[in-house]
Amino acid sequence: MIAYTVRRLLMLIPVLLGMSIVTFSIIHLIPGNPAQVILGDQATATAVANLEEQLGLNEPFFVQYFHYMLDLLRGDLGTSLRTNSSISSEIWPHLAATMELTIFAMVFAIIVGVNAGIISAWKQNSWFDYFAMIIALIGVSMPIFWLGLMQQWIFAQELGWLPAFGRGNPRDPIESITNFNILDSIINGRTDQLWTSFKHLVLPGIALGTIPMAIIARMTRSSMLEVLRSDYIRTVEAKGSRPISVIYRHGFKNAVIPVLTVVGLQTGTLLGGAILTETIFSWPGIGRYVFEAIGNRDYPVIQSGILVIAFMFVIINLVVDLLYSYIDPRIKY
Amino acid sequence: METVTPTNKKPMPGPERNEPEMEKIEVVSPWKDAYWQLKKNKLAMVGIFIIIFFIIVALIAPLLTPYAFNTISAGDRLSSPSAAHWFGTDDLGRDIFTRIVYGARISLMVGFFAVTGALVFGTFLGIIAGFFGRWIDMLISRIFDIMLAFPSILLAIAIVAILGPSLQNALIAIAIINIPIFGRLVRSKVISIRQEEYIMAAKAQGMKNGRILFHHVLPNSLAPIIVQATLGFGVAILEAAALGFLGLGAQAPTPEWGKMLSDSRQFIQSAPWTVLFPGISIMLVVLGFNMIGDGLRDALDPKMKN
Repeated sequence: MIAYTVRRLLMLIPVLLGMSIVTFSIIHLIPGNPAQVILGDQATATAVANLEEQLGLNEPFFVQYFHYMLDLLRGDLGTSLRTNSSISSEIWPHLAATMELTIFAMVFAIIVGVNAGIISAWKQNSWFDYFAMIIALIGVSMPIFWLGLMQQWIFAQELGWLPAFGRGNPRDPIESITNFNILDSIINGRTDQLWTSFKHLVLPGIALGTIPMAIIARMTRSSMLEVLRSDYIRTVEAKGSRPISVIYRHGFKNAVIPVLTVVGLQTGTLLGGAILTETIFSWPGIGRYVFEAIGNRDYPVIQSGILVIAFMFVIINLVVDLLYSYIDPRIKY
Repeated sequence: METVTPTNKKPMPGPERNEPEMEKIEVVSPWKDAYWQLKKNKLAMVGIFIIIFFIIVALIAPLLTPYAFNTISAGDRLSSPSAAHWFGTDDLGRDIFTRIVYGARISLMVGFFAVTGALVFGTFLGIIAGFFGRWIDMLISRIFDIMLAFPSILLAIAIVAILGPSLQNALIAIAIINIPIFGRLVRSKVISIRQEEYIMAAKAQGMKNGRILFHHVLPNSLAPIIVQATLGFGVAILEAAALGFLGLGAQAPTPEWGKMLSDSRQFIQSAPWTVLFPGISIMLVVLGFNMIGDGLRDALDPKMKN
């Protein structure tokens, strides 16, 4: 297990290096003179020259990459062109906001998806099965930004049940400690703020979680169907176990591996989908941070934002991989 | 021994009578079998119906509507669905039905070119990596790993941020991000086929690499590629709509469905039809491709057959 963990960590090195080359190259692949493109056609020659100096674009490519890597290893993500402040300190609140949203969406997707999949498999070909699978098929096919807009319209604007924008009440800001609003309001002992933060999470969380939910439901169903047909399940049934114990204690335990893989892969969809969801719900997360940077041609922010999101995705998949052998001791590396 | 040999050479009358029936079963090719399986699948048939419907709509778009997709009519701003405007009009008084119908052309085109691009390059790289192995395989596989380490839409956004926002660049970005998906699939298929005895036989006969690839390897890896391409159509259309929605894809006045959604989202309360119909169109087309893709997977995957 330890040997596998070390090997798996070593395998990350080329991928992380490759990722850094990709994000580093973003600014260099801009057609024409990058500094001119960033500043626009109206910019003076001195301004362009200054920016080139600031971004180090005058140096040879490999020297630039070397400096870039050195900064990254020190935890320096560069300086935003728009705000002139350090991206490393700017990015954390955004990252925390995205993580809070993503965790909520994933919890929603797993709880609903896994249970819908299990019941569908248990009652195969029942009306519930057909209904759940058609909903799942529609869920995979739906543009999440459209689902978000529809939710906003129905539940926020027409019914007025839930807030449509932001993370909380701007007139009653949460004293930030961890930048996770739910956590902070618990630490501060403010139940009213906890409730407000939760209400703000519901609509974007469900919009973001719908596609993973649908995929998890489909995967759980097919994985469970395979397990429920096996001999040991028949033995458990013959022994007289209650159906709930057969399904959850004996069945799902063995059907969980493919579901786990899907959960890991879908986290990438969530991190990417966060850009769309955050734009719709004005959620101040990292997706919106990158998106606004594209509008402002703030390339250092674009580079670092993309790198941080991809890094999170890689780490999550590493954790999922390591979880396999913990959950299923039959898997040996 | 002596009694056994003659019976082998001259079969008993019993088996001989059964022979025509046996042959009939053997004649069925895997493709024909898959076709029958697919025909029995109701969801897949609905999917095919939806896609054919949208293809026809896209082809005969000018015949379906008396309006042009970019005619601005200030007097008709945000009018609700009526006999004159089936799906209502948008904030510039443009007929939404007309824009949806022309938008079908864009979405299907994006899906087709993005998937074709990804398929051609992905298959090419996958075959090279899988068939030649060694350092070429190492190099190509690592590049695929790195590309797949980015959430796909994020990589597309990065590419568009480099090239500049336009429908054409969005299409290029979507094609690029889908290359490793096809590439990996083809590579793993090629590696498993390379071990087969008939490849060894072909090599022993002195067949050239190119011929082995096109006559044996490619035809035998077609099934999963077809499934992935069908599902990829839906994914590409969703990604194009997402880029359009973010303002990184098609630009005004192109009637791209995602762009239509982002242009109208501020009118959702006063004129919900402006947001409703483009969204439903995206969903239906993607649903159609997903239904066909699922059906094809069930039909072509021998493990699913009883």
